[in-house]
Amino acid sequence: MQVPREIVDRVEMPKQSPEDRRSNFREVALGLDPELAVREAKRCIQCKTKPCTKGCPVEVEIPDFIALMAEGKFAEADAKIKEKNSLPAICGRVCPQESQCESLCTLGKKFKPVAVGALERFAADWTRERKSASCCEDTCCAEPCCAEPCRAEPCRDESANTCTCSEEPAVCAPADGIKRPSARVAVIGSGPAGLTCAAELALMGYGVDIYESLHETGGVLRYGIPEFRLPKAIVNQEVDYVRSLGVRIFTNVVVGMTLNLSEMLAKGEYQAAFIGTGAGLPYFLGVPGENLNGVYSANEFLTRVNLMKAYKFPEYDTPVKIGKRVVVVGAGNVAMDAARTSLRLGAEDVKIVYRRSRTEMPARLEEIENAEEEGVQMFLLTNPVRIISDGKGGVAAMECIKMELGEPDASGRRRPVPVPGSEFTMDVDTVVVAVGQGPNPLLTRATEGLALNRRGNIEARDEYGATSIPGVWAGGDIVTGAATVISAMGAGKRAARGIDIWLRSQS
Amino acid sequence: MFRIMEKRLLAPAVHQLVVEAPLVARSARPGNFVIVRTNETGERIPLTIADYDPEKGSIMLVVQEVGKSTMDIGMMEAGDSFADVAGPLGQATPIKKVGTVVGVAGGIGVAPLLPQIKLHKAIGNHVITIVGARTRELLILKDEVEKASHETIFATDDGTFGYHGFVTAALEELIKAGRQIDEATAIGPVRMMQATCNLTRKHNIPTIVSLNAVMVDGTGMCGCCRVTVGGEVKFSCVDGPDFDGHAVDFDELVSRQAFFRDEENLARELAEQKRGGCRCHEK
Repeated sequence: MQVPREIVDRVEMPKQSPEDRRSNFREVALGLDPELAVREAKRCIQCKTKPCTKGCPVEVEIPDFIALMAEGKFAEADAKIKEKNSLPAICGRVCPQESQCESLCTLGKKFKPVAVGALERFAADWTRERKSASCCEDTCCAEPCCAEPCRAEPCRDESANTCTCSEEPAVCAPADGIKRPSARVAVIGSGPAGLTCAAELALMGYGVDIYESLHETGGVLRYGIPEFRLPKAIVNQEVDYVRSLGVRIFTNVVVGMTLNLSEMLAKGEYQAAFIGTGAGLPYFLGVPGENLNGVYSANEFLTRVNLMKAYKFPEYDTPVKIGKRVVVVGAGNVAMDAARTSLRLGAEDVKIVYRRSRTEMPARLEEIENAEEEGVQMFLLTNPVRIISDGKGGVAAMECIKMELGEPDASGRRRPVPVPGSEFTMDVDTVVVAVGQGPNPLLTRATEGLALNRRGNIEARDEYGATSIPGVWAGGDIVTGAATVISAMGAGKRAARGIDIWLRSQS
Repeated sequence: MFRIMEKRLLAPAVHQLVVEAPLVARSARPGNFVIVRTNETGERIPLTIADYDPEKGSIMLVVQEVGKSTMDIGMMEAGDSFADVAGPLGQATPIKKVGTVVGVAGGIGVAPLLPQIKLHKAIGNHVITIVGARTRELLILKDEVEKASHETIFATDDGTFGYHGFVTAALEELIKAGRQIDEATAIGPVRMMQATCNLTRKHNIPTIVSLNAVMVDGTGMCGCCRVTVGGEVKFSCVDGPDFDGHAVDFDELVSRQAFFRDEENLARELAEQKRGGCRCHEK
């Protein structure tokens, strides 16, 4: 039987051309339009086994939301996603769908898998954009918690992003109808793990306060992932959604320094806590010359640009200095972000230096392709040996050595070993070190009785992320070491479940 | 939040600010710093906490106008608010009973030194404080220092007040006079801390310095403030800002502080143009 073209041909999301996008910070992937979204949603064959759902760390009912989209019911599709995932506009953009839901798609066995990520993003964007235009329909807004008939028009207070239908801000009755004790939970960190955990708990009816050490919310979504991959307006709106569930967010509070977690619990302000402080301590290479001016950690480089908006200096006060020739060391998503940011800041020659081969590069394939299209050059099986000074405190060159792959190491990947005598130097002005991050010590060292592993990550004792302190859970990079946004969200969600079970058992 | 409760001019372009920050005031210890941002386009800059009052819920900061951000702070008045104040950050200075302690301060370094010598005195150390400045009108917080110390030496480079010469020369005289000194703390310009350490090293006096590396987040996240101490890379924000002065690579610190010099100059010039000249000589 001839398979119809509509099933075979996957809709590809339009992008800015590489020539255009390498010199601006606007979003690269432009999103689908309603027609394309429906066409792609109709490709889903609604198979009985639903393997895609097993690939989703936050258990989104993928076929169900896609079925709604195929009928053009985009707001309903968004609400369906939000039953399980509070941050769909973010996940639709930065999740590695190709190794999760899409990798398991039945259609993908013979053809290309359904573009789950693109559809998720469309549902979220469409609903959000329409909501800000006018949300007055049968019910006042598409929040899963809101079943209020609409009374005001327009019923949304744009400045506060809250529904003005009722006097009180909407507090969601738990969707599952379970009666729960009244309890407050402190969430430390407003990154993907913390936001997800907070939203889940709020949806269950608990009072939730998030404490954030920086002056802005979002954690890595704000300081790490660049505007061209995840616009900050999207982060704002997703954070506003979490706030609309009744979650309070306090910025500029460094738990471990400003407040002490043990005290917050002992004083009875909170009955439970979730720690999602992320992987906030950059690793360096440990090679000579690393403290020369012009050597940044990827965290510093990206924080200056993303959080502090150094690309708008001197309109914004924080500067960033970029040379003509930039080398980024490492090959994860953060390295791709740093390389592509360098181009947009005006660097002429940007290289990725990575000690293993292409197959081992940890970045998403799409991001590697995006980077190469924009002109980033890959120096694979290459490792820095030292950074050479220009005699004035800055960087003149980097000496590297060629590597070859030997036997598999503990990670299962073939271990790179230096090729003797293969040293060479490359001229460079700016070096960005993107070789990973360790756990930030501020909270962990100030919290008595919190068990850590050898690397300083918090020890999670069960599938929910329970720590050695009763009533305290942890999840995301602070437990696992640097990983993905979605795995942190999954951990936040599981912890919320663990906290709920515990709080109910305590009452 | 973060309202300026009081503001006072201590010397030309040197301001003392009392800022409402109850949570910071409650947890602050000598040696801690805060990260402040003046407004939505501002940068995050570290300022050492010069005093804190948990009852009033306030912290005291002393700011010298050197660049655009500190000039912005200089323009703020009592009643204005900072966009952000985060802290206390950094490790508290280890203060133990050792006997006689010499506090050495250069310029506005005397402000962060104050809470340290107060605590030294409170726990029973004999405190000698040497405060240096270029000239008489730049000597600040004289009464506070005298109150917090058993002995005080003021020094000016031009001899307009007290000892004529650098703080290191005053310290050297003290050592040569045979005074027993068990520990020293030096806070001020990098070269002054370096010179102090070169002197105390010769006389085996353990010396703590407080480093003012460039920072962004101030919480360990960016690594911008890395310094070399005893051959190891440390982050000033989470491992410091206090370190064993005899082990610090001061030349590297000086070089790293200058990395953004061009940008700092540009930002300052633009700000000065906007304001119609610099304010360094206003009283």
